[in-house]
Amino acid sequence: MALPPLDSPQWQSPWRAFAWGLRSITQTILTIVLFVTYLGIGALAHDTHFSLLWALCSTLFVWAGPAQIILITTLGSGATVIQSAIAVTVSAIRLFPMVVSVLPLMRTPTTKRRELIFAAHLTAVTLWVECHRFLPQVPRERRIAFVHGLGCGLVSVCLTANTVGYFLAANLTQTLGAAILLLTPLSFLFSTARNSREVADVVALTLGILLYPLAAKMNSGLDILVSGVVAGTIAYGVHWWREVRA
Amino acid sequence: MSFAQAIGDWYALAVLFIAGVVPNQIWRMLGLWFGGGIDEGSELLVWVRAVATAILAGVIAQIVVEPPGALASVPDVLRYGAVAAGLVVFLLTRRSIFAGVVTGEVFMLAGKWWLG
Repeated sequence: MALPPLDSPQWQSPWRAFAWGLRSITQTILTIVLFVTYLGIGALAHDTHFSLLWALCSTLFVWAGPAQIILITTLGSGATVIQSAIAVTVSAIRLFPMVVSVLPLMRTPTTKRRELIFAAHLTAVTLWVECHRFLPQVPRERRIAFVHGLGCGLVSVCLTANTVGYFLAANLTQTLGAAILLLTPLSFLFSTARNSREVADVVALTLGILLYPLAAKMNSGLDILVSGVVAGTIAYGVHWWREVRA
Repeated sequence: MSFAQAIGDWYALAVLFIAGVVPNQIWRMLGLWFGGGIDEGSELLVWVRAVATAILAGVIAQIVVEPPGALASVPDVLRYGAVAAGLVVFLLTRRSIFAGVVTGEVFMLAGKWWLG
């Protein structure tokens, strides 16, 4: 399936744009990866004695895989609500730059902030990666509708996966469980690498991986944030240096 | 599973809201608030995108280095080897995500089977 050309009459209706967004979930392996990741989250929720409704609400209202895994794991291991909230807040910081970088792709000069609230809610790593891939092929004035369709499609896939995983939980062997957990780093690594077109992106990705184990040794509780800001700033420095030299 | 079990208790749902929903939506809404005034090609955005990429890279490293749950049952060498093997195939296949993911998984599962 290829998206229609930018000047096609297909894009005249926002509902059509929504439908194209919905159909685009079939165009990425990340949909399969999300399905399997959320299969794992459903299974994890079951084994940690959360209800199915709880698992589905976490997907619907939190909509961030790493945060959901941290929340279930910490609460399940007896952490207080405050401790869990802090861990999740730190893990969720990465949503801030994602939203900041993805929303300008959808904005037109007349777009009001409230029109972007739902798109901001849908923003998580998969949508962030896919927006950078798909949105250049979508006319600017239809991008919000397209993203709503794409996001709703991905959420539906994950809710289905949660339900299936919840009921499969009793039957997942340890090796199969490990294989499902390994899918997350592999798929995120390769999908981000695939979208790294500029040198700064490659530097941020490589340094971010290499610096994390060093930052973790500091044991500050903000490891991810420390390695992320340092690696990202160095990557930005490389970008700036190349611009100045050019 | 009964209907009541599927719903669970309301206390757990309140905890989900406080410790899960609010901490995530705060950052998204801050991004919405501050993102409005930032130009797409601005230098600040280049920096912000680099930091977002590096934070995601950190999460990837964290899952492999300090594996959660069932993944902890896989020896270090198999986890690192799976990522390395996947990366090599990903690069050889002109950046095929699918080939990279499948290779990493096969490496890990084969290694686990071979080690018993």
